[in-house]
Amino acid sequence: MEFELSEEQTLLKDSVGKYLADNYDFKSRQELVETALGYSAEHWNNFAEFGWLSVPFDESVGGFGGRIEDTALICEQFGRSLVLEPFLANIILAGGILALGGKNDLLAQIISGEAQCAFAGLERQSRQDLFDIKTTATDKGKTYVINGEKTLVQNGSVARHIVLTTRTAGDSRESGGITLLCLDTEKIELERINVSLMDGAKVANLRLENLEVSKEALIGKVHGGAEILSKILLEARIAVGAEMVGIMDVLRDKTVEYSRTREQFGVAIGSFQALQHRMVEMFMAAETSRSMLYRAICEYQQDEDTAPATIAAMKSLVGQKARLIGEEAIQLHGGMGMTDELDIGHYVKRLMVLNHLFGDVDATYRDFCKASYVGA
Amino acid sequence: MHTHLSNEDLSFKAEVHKFLKDSFTAEMADKVKNAATYKEGIIEWQKILFNKGWIAPSWPTEYGGTGWTDTQKFIFDNERASLGIPFLNPFGLKMVGPVIYTFGSEDQKKFFLPRILSSEDWWCQGYSEPGAGSDLAALKTKAVRDGDDYVVNGAKIWTTNAQLADWIFCLVRTNSELKKQQQGITFLLIDMKTPGIKVNPIITIDGRHSLNEVEFKDVRVPIGNCIGEEDKGWTYAKALLAHERTAIAGVADCKRELGLVKEYASREFEGGEPLLQDLNFQRRIAEIEAELMALEYTELRVLASVAAGGSPGAESSILKIKGTECQQAIQTLMMDVAGVYGSALGDYSDSDELGHDFGIGSRVKYMYGRAATIYGGSNEVQKNIIAKAILGL
Repeated sequence: MEFELSEEQTLLKDSVGKYLADNYDFKSRQELVETALGYSAEHWNNFAEFGWLSVPFDESVGGFGGRIEDTALICEQFGRSLVLEPFLANIILAGGILALGGKNDLLAQIISGEAQCAFAGLERQSRQDLFDIKTTATDKGKTYVINGEKTLVQNGSVARHIVLTTRTAGDSRESGGITLLCLDTEKIELERINVSLMDGAKVANLRLENLEVSKEALIGKVHGGAEILSKILLEARIAVGAEMVGIMDVLRDKTVEYSRTREQFGVAIGSFQALQHRMVEMFMAAETSRSMLYRAICEYQQDEDTAPATIAAMKSLVGQKARLIGEEAIQLHGGMGMTDELDIGHYVKRLMVLNHLFGDVDATYRDFCKASYVGA
Repeated sequence: MHTHLSNEDLSFKAEVHKFLKDSFTAEMADKVKNAATYKEGIIEWQKILFNKGWIAPSWPTEYGGTGWTDTQKFIFDNERASLGIPFLNPFGLKMVGPVIYTFGSEDQKKFFLPRILSSEDWWCQGYSEPGAGSDLAALKTKAVRDGDDYVVNGAKIWTTNAQLADWIFCLVRTNSELKKQQQGITFLLIDMKTPGIKVNPIITIDGRHSLNEVEFKDVRVPIGNCIGEEDKGWTYAKALLAHERTAIAGVADCKRELGLVKEYASREFEGGEPLLQDLNFQRRIAEIEAELMALEYTELRVLASVAAGGSPGAESSILKIKGTECQQAIQTLMMDVAGVYGSALGDYSDSDELGHDFGIGSRVKYMYGRAATIYGGSNEVQKNIIAKAILGL
């Protein structure tokens, strides 16, 4: 049994934490949100240079060969500073899918920070269900012709390479006929409708009309996308959970600190028992979330059979606790919590977005119940 | 990060499992369930553990402990719970025993410790008073020196199983002149057979009798039964509270109970479907199960940091609150599965007269289970402690 960080992990955590403390204060982060790109290319290059982008990838493809716990460590630190750079979209999702599909030609450029990639998994009818796909890829011999629409593609407004889920057989919710493709947008005409989200993310809806792409775009096997998606969904949920846990710690600490300095009725408001007990609830929610995240990570690394249900339960539980912590943080900051100027609201908005990614509380509880009780 | 057990721990686990399974008989389980034979059943079981040398895992080996690591103690308790084997009487083995071997005199150790281990003495705890509950240090039961004795007057309340006890350990006031009310309190060991002690039963909302009020009228206690120094008893009592810091959330017991909820819910039908297949009910179980899964890892985190030679982190402070909340949430589910059948008085566990076998279990567990968030420092007091000690408020 072991929960302490290894020496290597401590180094990684400290180096990410130190870089962000020195270079990623809230004010400069908000300035980045206002830029066209929505994040800093310089930061991204630095992340690559420090080796952080290589962490999830296998050594055989030039990666660091880290485990999910190492990736989670980075995500947690990124959460603490509300990092805008597309680590989740570019590295964990697009990079992860390419690596799982054995399509290694782009990986070197991803790891070096040169290639910007996105993952297009959602559609109008799908909500957060990655397996509900109507976009079709029709086999034309040497090419596929793609028709459909992808929504809210993270990093989708700037990425050159788009990893895409398509249907090559079956009805929209069948897992059998899903095929993954990688599009190079410099070789095709792609219509992007750019959308900004409340957490500062720049996303895009993509219109795919009679797009003809070479069969070299294929990732993995034809009709074989579901297996890769299932695996990447688990990793994405852990990564999002870790980022949420990082944010929740910050909100808890900032709220406790504020209650110690804010005075009303002649005393610090943190001296009121009614508020103390609410902050204890926040503290317990954050610790409970961290424990559940550790459980999800351990089972992902130790037990293939139980991991999917446990990771679904983790996403639900963390989502519920995140709501509590976010809403309490605003309440306890009073009027200040309502201002755009203070960082509290921005942490809460990021939590809200993460809460809805890859299955919200209700959807992940449904997953968990199905795995645990149906037919029991 | 991992939760693998070492090969040593795995074989330990197998050994413990086999011994417990073979030794705790169905007759013993029946005795423990029945109030009239409860003590007899527990003592029978305690003697089996005593003969095996496993009666007091947390004690130092020189006083009869097992020398197990914290992980092994955790494994032992988990195996116990997973087999549905009840807790031992904690007042001797987990509470006064550690106080005696830590702060007691050589004579006290020699006399009391072997009798606790062999189950010769059954202990109860005299802390709370009619006017001192969560504010324990407000206690007023008085002990006045008279020659070689203290003369004790006052009353203790909520005393679990005092009606079965041979001895009671008490916090009493020996000095009311000191500045803080925590000072001037003395830790006394009192023989329940001493003249002047009267035990008045308190029937609780589960309809059962385990709680009592214990009255003391001019009760003479030899000064040799004082632990450590006079007026310093609060210090010893506090050390005792900190003693059992790991594995107190009762996760393993909760897991077993939740398993029972699922089992019952799969054979209760509503609208032609098992209750367990009802989406609303599934969601309710799922939320509690997720909390429990997280709590189990909070326990493991505490255990791992203690096993690595550190002290438990801030997360250990939430174990009592979260553990008791989980227990109660599961008891509520169980009560809801049982429905009105769960309200039936009497024990229908072995009969089909009622039509359902929930009878006594769900009602008693739910009603008596309310106590868990009250005793051992109410959960509101626990929150005050976390706010002060962990959040620095």
